[in-house]
Amino acid sequence: MPVRVQTQAFDFGAEIESLRAARSDIGAIASFIGTVRDLHEGTQVKTLTLEHYPGMTETALEEIVGEAQARWQVYEILVIHRVGTLQPRDPIVLVAVTSAHRGEAFAACEFVMDWLKTRAPFWKKEQTPAGERWVEARAADDEAAARWRP
Amino acid sequence: MKLTILYFASLRETLGLDREVLEVPASVMTVADLRSWLHARGGVWEKALASRSAVRASVMQKMAHPDTPLTEGAEVAFFPPVTGG
Repeated sequence: MPVRVQTQAFDFGAEIESLRAARSDIGAIASFIGTVRDLHEGTQVKTLTLEHYPGMTETALEEIVGEAQARWQVYEILVIHRVGTLQPRDPIVLVAVTSAHRGEAFAACEFVMDWLKTRAPFWKKEQTPAGERWVEARAADDEAAARWRP
Repeated sequence: MKLTILYFASLRETLGLDREVLEVPASVMTVADLRSWLHARGGVWEKALASRSAVRASVMQKMAHPDTPLTEGAEVAFFPPVTGG
């Protein structure tokens, strides 16, 4: 399945290898892995908890993947996004795109991440030494997503 | 009109509520109408749903706009701007 939202950890190396091995017409694989940082705006982050909207989140991700498939000539697009409580260094999200050529794979991968950031219903909460705080949306993410308007 | 309303993330915590099933008056026809109607409950609702607060909404699990119409039995959700990835 091209879209997975899960509490369990994932092995991004194995996921990418599985995409690579699946067909012989792939010339390019672009991937993005987002991970948990232990520092955010000068504050130590002990753990990060991700909340989502079950059902809508999966649908939103499938629509984003569909849009990328329509815009670029790519073969497979895989999106895995974790929810629940994560530790620094943990992978949060994997987007991997296979294509014949790198240009299409790079563009589709970046597009999926930019739209995911602004359109998929996930919310991050940080646990810090001073207590918990919800992460605020960044204007830079809206600007990044706006670049892809047709 | 009967609606199921969900609240997520900081909004859920501020309101102390994750879902409710409501019968709303006929004058509540859009997402903006519903937000105003809930805002009029006062207290935490007034603060959380104030026009200056960044609140997003979905109807039937699709991102909605203030003028998105509501339909009988719809699932509506309110939440802060998303921060995944």
